[in-house]
Amino acid sequence: MELISPTELAKEKVEAVQDYAVLAGRSVANLFRHPRYFGDIVQQADLIGVGSLPIIILAGLSIGAELALNSANTLEQFGSLSLIGKLVSVGMVTELGPIITGLMVAGRNASGMASELGSMVVTEQIDAMRALGTDPLKKLVAPRVVSTVFMLFFLTIIADLLGLIGGGIIARLIFGIDSRQYWNSAWQALAFRDVFTGLMKPLFFGFIIATVGCYYGMSTRGGTQGVGKATTQAMVASSVLILVVNFFITKFMMAVLGPH
Amino acid sequence: MAGPPTVIERPLPSSQHSAAPVIKFEDVSLAFDDKRVLDQISFELPPGQSKAIFGVAGSGKSTILKLAMGLLKPDRGSIDMLGQDVTQMSEEELFKLRRRIGMVFQESALFDSMTVRENVAFRLMEEHDISEDEIEKRVREALSFVELEHTMDLFPSELSGGMRRRVAIARATITRPEILLYDSPTGGLDPVTSTTIIELIVKQRDVYKTSSLLVTHRLQDAFTMASHYFDRKTNHMEHLPQGMQCEVPMNFLILREGKVIFDGSMQELKATKDEYIREYIS
Repeated sequence: MELISPTELAKEKVEAVQDYAVLAGRSVANLFRHPRYFGDIVQQADLIGVGSLPIIILAGLSIGAELALNSANTLEQFGSLSLIGKLVSVGMVTELGPIITGLMVAGRNASGMASELGSMVVTEQIDAMRALGTDPLKKLVAPRVVSTVFMLFFLTIIADLLGLIGGGIIARLIFGIDSRQYWNSAWQALAFRDVFTGLMKPLFFGFIIATVGCYYGMSTRGGTQGVGKATTQAMVASSVLILVVNFFITKFMMAVLGPH
Repeated sequence: MAGPPTVIERPLPSSQHSAAPVIKFEDVSLAFDDKRVLDQISFELPPGQSKAIFGVAGSGKSTILKLAMGLLKPDRGSIDMLGQDVTQMSEEELFKLRRRIGMVFQESALFDSMTVRENVAFRLMEEHDISEDEIEKRVREALSFVELEHTMDLFPSELSGGMRRRVAIARATITRPEILLYDSPTGGLDPVTSTTIIELIVKQRDVYKTSSLLVTHRLQDAFTMASHYFDRKTNHMEHLPQGMQCEVPMNFLILREGKVIFDGSMQELKATKDEYIREYIS
């Protein structure tokens, strides 16, 4: 394996960040430029949103159920089992719903975008598109960014709801808590800041997933091996970025809207 | 009627050369990392003419086409396409210019998630103001030109290599571009299929008189182009009678280690004393 000097490595990383920033910036700027590819946006929305629905339903239900199961034992020790609805709803809406949805969609779609665009790069389809007078950033990247941001927002709401349902099922069936009490506690616990924080996050996560996936796809080099590498990198980078950005959004929202 | 042969009695009148070239490379150099791919390349393509670019693998042939399209930027020199310097243009300006140029890629580069119809119609659909009926009509026309009308609803993966090249030609020519760039259109094809592709290129050249650059490592392809014309009556490529040349002049450019070592006509090529070229064409 060829060793790269630290200076070269640093240069490469700075260039990569610069290229990513350019791609992300142009994907936003392209939203305000003609032509707009509504057909492609709808197609991507179907692929990202509807396609991810089964896994989001499953993940939402099981995370909500596990959250209820695990927290119930602790709450029981303090005789506060009735608070289970509150714990599940705040946990799901502010943190787990957006994070789980983001990570699931990152695993499924950031890697999918990287492999699809990467294959197009190595088979010269991207060059062909540019040669035909069409900007791939407008035709391929912008619709993916719009669709992912839009669909992740709604997928997160679905995951939140299903998490609450999952928690409710466990609370009722295992701990015998009255459903009305569970839902009352869950509903009353939610403040504006929780819902706002929880629904802000998917907008950022969607942008991260699409731009990172497209960036790794568009910068693929080295044939089919390069496509495989880009796919893995896209998934890892977008997941890590989601976790890091999640922390900062939570911190920022706490500073702006006050702690829970 | 395409390409009725004209007798060569004297060199072409100078007026034919005086028109501004559609492609002009001036002192163009390009290196990838430390490897110099093109070294001070200069040549011109006058309007209505064809030029074949030869060279062994890695001599920078395909790079010339990518530079001409503005898909790559040279380290130095200027490249004029249809009177505009592509080295000074923004990507947005280049998209407009590229719509006036057609390019056939080495491995066809068809969009594999689209059908043949969608591939060929791609440029028209991107115009956003052409009716569906008009698109359908022009796609049929372009596909019938390459005799592949029956493949409209197939995907590229369902076509043979030769058919994919023909679809790529239909896609590049559907908007009647002012210049056509062919990147090794017969690469990796058997001799019979190669002849079919060359026949199509000759047909395009003689019917529409489009200026073209053809990159190839197969000298016989360019010789076939220079020595044949397309006869619309027989719908076939015919051999030019002795001492005659086609209406669309054909020139040759040979590259060696990134430098131009020959730029001239077939007659000049045959008469060259350069040892490397003689070995190459023998």
